Amino acid sequence: MKFGVVTFPGSNGDFDAYRSVVEALGEEAVYLWHKDTGLQGADVVILPGGFSYGDYLRAGAIARFSPIMRAVATHAERGGPVIGICNGFQIACEAGLLPGALMRNESLKFVCAPVTLRVERDDTMFTSRYERGQEITLPIAHGDGRFTADDETLDRLDGEGQVILRYAPDPVQAREAYNPNGSMRDIAGIVNKRGNVVGMMPHPERAVDPVLGRADGRLLFESILHGVAV
Amino acid sequence: MTAYRVAVHVVPRRGLLDPQGKAVADALQTLGFSGVRDVHVGRHLVLDVDAPDEATARRDTQAMCERLLANPVTEDFEIATVSVT
Repeated sequence: MKFGVVTFPGSNGDFDAYRSVVEALGEEAVYLWHKDTGLQGADVVILPGGFSYGDYLRAGAIARFSPIMRAVATHAERGGPVIGICNGFQIACEAGLLPGALMRNESLKFVCAPVTLRVERDDTMFTSRYERGQEITLPIAHGDGRFTADDETLDRLDGEGQVILRYAPDPVQAREAYNPNGSMRDIAGIVNKRGNVVGMMPHPERAVDPVLGRADGRLLFESILHGVAV
Repeated sequence: MTAYRVAVHVVPRRGLLDPQGKAVADALQTLGFSGVRDVHVGRHLVLDVDAPDEATARRDTQAMCERLLANPVTEDFEIATVSVT
């Protein structure tokens, strides 16, 4: 399977994503420059983390107008898988591929730490290798990760099962202790209604090999390999 | 065509948590400005726009705000002033 990793000016997770696909999974990957207009035959698109366009105006606001995003939108409309990680999640929201928005962390701090997440769905193309309710640990590194949407949108996301990852609530600890950014309803990752676009603040591509400390992100990529026929 | 200068205010939507505004409000109260109840921190944009008339300049700016300058999920905007430059 061929992964296309988009590089925007200011992306910094593109190299991690590329290496996790090529070295950890043994699959093919290509870098897609933001000015490209085609996907070079990629089956899966990754919008990586970073600070595209310096987060000018708002995180992801300018990147969505990059020429490559038209091809990404067409790919998504055809049901092609798109993974938005961190800044990629912000870009996907700004582009209208996913509902909601990511606002400044409640603490106003940039948080770089491992977080415990609960997998809410095990029947999506991104999570089929996990078990529902499974708790996993992935790293986060962001300053604008507070998922925000109106109540109607949040109810719809919950009702349609579009929340696939939540910061794992801990009944003993205060919300600030387990929800690192103040996201509404502890949302860490969502899919679109069709289920082929995922956006998540945690970094699965930085947790694909035990030598990196943890490998809980690997199953996300394996789910895609398992679920997408090429 | 006339050259207009348009000023736009973009602020976090009321009711949404604005930690930056809260931090500034707390700082002002620490300075002794005890009358400060609430602060919202947003953006002030100044655009130089060529348009045939003021109504068009306003309409164009409105469209710019809706499509890029403000996030419809989290922010409100207002066109503060339109003046001929």
